[in-house]
Order: sequence, then C-alpha cells, then structure tokens
Amino acid sequence: MRLRSPDCWSGLALAALGGYIVFAARGWDYLTPDGPGPGFFPHWYGLAILALSLVLVFASDKDPHADWRGAGRALGTWAAFALSLALIKLIGFAISFALLSFFIVAVMYRRAPWIAAVTAGAVVGAFYLIFSLALGVALP
Amino acid sequence: MDIAAGLLHGFAVALQPVNLWWCFVGVLLGTVVGILPGLGPPATIAMLLPLTALMNPAGAIIMLAGIYYGAKYGGSTTSILLNVPGESASVVTCIDGYQLARKGRAGAALGIAAIASFIAGTIGVLALMLVAPPLARLALAFSSPEYFALMALGLAMVVLLAGRSLVKALLAMLVGLWLAGIGTDAFTSTSRFTFGRMELLSGIDFVVVAIGVFAIGEVLANMEAREEPQALPVPKGLRNLLPTMQDMRDCRFAFANGSIIGFLIGVLPGAGSTIASFISYGVEKAFSRRREQFGTGVIEGVAAPEGANNSETGGALVPLLTLGIPGSGTTAILLAALILWGFKPGPLFISENPSMFWGLVASMYIGNVMLLVLNLPLVPLFAQVLRAPAYVLYPIIIGLSVVGVYSVSGSLFDLGLLAGFGLLGYVMRKLDYPSAPLILGLVLGGAMERALRQSLMMSEGSLSILVARPISAVMLACAALILLLPFFARLNAWRLRAMEEENK
Repeated sequence: MRLRSPDCWSGLALAALGGYIVFAARGWDYLTPDGPGPGFFPHWYGLAILALSLVLVFASDKDPHADWRGAGRALGTWAAFALSLALIKLIGFAISFALLSFFIVAVMYRRAPWIAAVTAGAVVGAFYLIFSLALGVALP
Repeated sequence: MDIAAGLLHGFAVALQPVNLWWCFVGVLLGTVVGILPGLGPPATIAMLLPLTALMNPAGAIIMLAGIYYGAKYGGSTTSILLNVPGESASVVTCIDGYQLARKGRAGAALGIAAIASFIAGTIGVLALMLVAPPLARLALAFSSPEYFALMALGLAMVVLLAGRSLVKALLAMLVGLWLAGIGTDAFTSTSRFTFGRMELLSGIDFVVVAIGVFAIGEVLANMEAREEPQALPVPKGLRNLLPTMQDMRDCRFAFANGSIIGFLIGVLPGAGSTIASFISYGVEKAFSRRREQFGTGVIEGVAAPEGANNSETGGALVPLLTLGIPGSGTTAILLAALILWGFKPGPLFISENPSMFWGLVASMYIGNVMLLVLNLPLVPLFAQVLRAPAYVLYPIIIGLSVVGVYSVSGSLFDLGLLAGFGLLGYVMRKLDYPSAPLILGLVLGGAMERALRQSLMMSEGSLSILVARPISAVMLACAALILLLPFFARLNAWRLRAMEEENK
C-alpha cells in the first residue's frame, strides 16, 4: 500500500462506495416470500466492490504513477464546461455555449480573441440553424 | 423465412431511397469519425442516438451500423498518414501502413486497406447472415438461468480482455451494475440509491452515461495536448491509389486470414476489433515468407489487420442480435438504441422483426460497396478532414453531447449528470480503468438482476438452479474459468501482452 499511488486513492473511494451500497442494501428486503428482494443483488455487488477495492488499495505499491502532465488543461476545460452548464438556466444555451467555445479557443488553444469570437459565433449559429430550425430539436 | 427469401426481403428494405440515404449518411459519417483521432464510433453513435428518435427504426439502425463499420474504413487513413490511429482497432495498421507512406507508397497502403476492408467486411456480413438465424433458434431454449449465465459469461469475457488490471475491470463492471440499479425496483417498486432526488426514480438514462464517458471523457483526454500532429501527403489520382497486381497477390492470404479471424474474434464478447487485428497481424507475420520485413512497410501488414477489424463487425452483431448480449461498448450502445425504439434483441428478434434484421444485413452489403467507392477515389478529400483544427472540433463535440442529452429528457439535471460522467470518463482513462465493462455492466445490469431473481423465484430461493441446468452450468463454469485465467502465469502473460500491444 502506497498512499501517493492513485490506485490507493481510487481504491479507497471505491471502498467507500461499496460500503455505502452494502449499508443501503441492508435497509431493503433481502428475501421476500416471492423470492429475492430489492436488497439481494446490491448486497452482493456492494460486497464485491468493497472486497476488490481493498485488494486494489493493498496492492497499490506495485502500480506505476499515472501521467498527470496536461491534466490541468483537461480539468480546466471540464470546470469551464460544468460552469457553462450551470449558467444555462440563467443566460440560456446560446450565450453559455458561446462563452465555453470562446474559452476553449482563446485560453486553451491560445488563438487570437477575434478568431475565438468568430469560432464561437459560428458554432453557436450552426447549432441553431441545424437543430432548432432544420430539425426542430429543442435546445436547452 | 429462409436465408434467400430473407435476403431478398432485406434488399427490398435497404434499397428504399430513404434507407439508402441513411446508409450513405452512416458510412460517410463513420468514415469521417474514423479519420478524426479523438472521436470514436461509440461516442458518435451515443451522441446521435437521441436524434434517431425522429427516424424510422430500420433507417436508424442502418445509419448507426453504417457509422460503426464505416469508422473502421476511416481509421486506417489516419494510421497510414499520421501514424496515429483514428480509432483503437487501427493501432496495428500504423506499424506497416505508416512505413509504406514514408516510402512514398501511401496510395497503395490506403488502397489495399480499402480493398481488404471491403472483402473482409463483406465476408463478415455473409457469415453473420448464415450464423445468426440458427443460433437464434438454438437460443429459444434459454430461460432465466441460461440468460443469467450467458450475461455472466459475456461480462467475464469483457472483464478479462478490457484492461491490464483484472481488478480494475471488475470494479468498473460492478460500478456499471450499481448505476443500472439506481431507480425504482421493477419487482417491488422500492426506490434504490435515489438520494431523495425525484429525477433518479426512473433511473439514469444510458445515453447520459455513454455520452459522458465516451464523448466528454474523450474530449477532455485529447485536450491535454495542445500540439496537433502533421499528416503525410496523399498522392492524387485514382491510379496512384490502386495497389499493383503484385500487391494483390501478396495479400491473398491476408484477405482470407483477416476475414476468418475477424469474424471468429468478433463473435466472442469482449475480444473486439483491436484484438482481432493484432491476432490477424500476428498470424500473417508467422506464416509469411518475409516475416523479417514486417514493421518496415509490408503491404500484407496493412491488409490483414484492416480486414480483421472490418470482418469483426459482422461477428460482433451475432451475439447482439441473436442473444441480446453486446460484446463491446459500441454494440452496447446499439443494444440500447434497439431497446429505445421498442425492440427486444434476443432469440425472437429475427423472426419477429425480419425487416430490421434482413434490412440491416442487406444494408451492410450495400454499405461496404459504398465505402469502397467512397474510400478509393475520395481518400485525398477525406484526408483534408485531418486539417480541421481541434479548437473547432472539440466545442462542436461538446455542443452535440449537450444537445443529445437534453433532447432525450429535456432535463437540466441530466446535463449535470453529463458533466459528472464526463469527469468520470476522463479519470477512468487517467487511472487505467477500462470503460467498456462499465458500459456493459450498465446495459446488462437490469436484465441480469431480473434473470437472477426470476431464476431464484423458479427454484424457490435455491441457487442450485444455476448449476443444475446443463447449459447454464457450462456457461457459469466457463465464466469462472475465464476469471481464474490471470492466476495462471503463462496465460496472464499472454493477456497482458495483448493489452500492452493495444495500448501502444
């Protein structure tokens, strides 16, 4: 077991999930007069998750480190994506998606602001033309 | 309906103008998707799945299948010109394909890839047509215990071959089973794992998880690198794209080898086209008179894996359509699509929906011809797709994902889940957890629990029913054996070597 290993931490997180599943399954019938209850199947896969994740935790000293170079860019994009989804309710899909596209082009790919603005406008415009007008699909 | 009558009926369906159009759209989209590194068939099919609700089911399955096998044609273009596989099944094509391109023979490599794909793809469909109906008749004898055992066997195969770590693959599969269990229990109406949220009472939509894990996860993983690779030039003119007669003679065994190995591996759940292409390449090299030249730009080193990865499509559709058991992430999404449109893939699927099955088979013959015609003269045009800047492509993929998820449920809550599953998909890639077992666990989880509980109801609670019936006993024994394989050192070394090759 090595605390700096990503496998150790992912194993601990999965062990917590397995523990939660087993705990929740105990609140439901395991067996009913008609056969297995709603707690039967979760009980067993919860136990399996718990057992296997502990194997992962205790075997983690054999595993190599994950390569986290570039993860900042990916996680930054994800944060911007999550923020744009949260903003949809306030400012609508068009503006939040345009802002996200602008962020990806200007910040992540370091293109000039005018290129980012044109790309964002064109992408949002194309989505409206194709989905809203041509296909009649509701946009968020 | 016998095979000849079925095929005639299928051509009547597939040759309807609207279905021909969807077949063309599917193979065209598939080729483009196959060419683009960072956007695979599962992500594309998952993103487009919600939009197929507006189409007739026959046209929709023809289009989605077109994307599936079309991507395999396109994947070779990127492997040969960029030395970067357009999709995982084209990894092995990089080895000799890129070397041929560096020697100025990119045209011949692209040409032989298209021809091998056409020959093996067509043989794969022929085998699908011959094998699927009798297998479906055999599966009519299956009851709940056999179905439970079959799903256990399928999941065991996927777990074995999906990742380097068996523990991680098993964990991914179990998390998929848990996700499938979220919502209201169909037997007792008990709400499970809903965290008090009304939105979770009907469960998590498969589309949300598939788009999140495959499409958003893939975009995030690709966002890590700012640089974009440069492609080698494609020779202009059809003559420069056609292989010589000597090339065709050199590839005779490769065409047969790729077709047979691809189909057989495709039928096995979990093995997939990547493994099919590696095995086919290995067999070709082992039997070749110039095996020492493999890796330096040998034409049959392109033909064998490209043939295998296209023939595999026909094989992979056999368990999906006859048993309702998908063997990979992409076929799991196709299964979800069929269920979404109201069909129940399984032993009765062919007899109850002859237009769907035979229409699909006939469309695959037509689609393979379309792909050959598209890929030989138009390869230089398709190669231009590689010039599309990533900063334009990724916002489009993210936008398509958002619209796709929203069009299924109209719920902003599902968009929140999409972000969550996108992050999960990225983290799984970083920590080397395979995503196929998660998706298969999610797709099969509900049916597997139902089959187990029905089996135990039949036996009044005794687990012995699972081993007392011969078919389920054999399948469960095979599943157990498969999960024990890694404990045998030599077999595990073979499995790890296959995984290493796949990850190169």
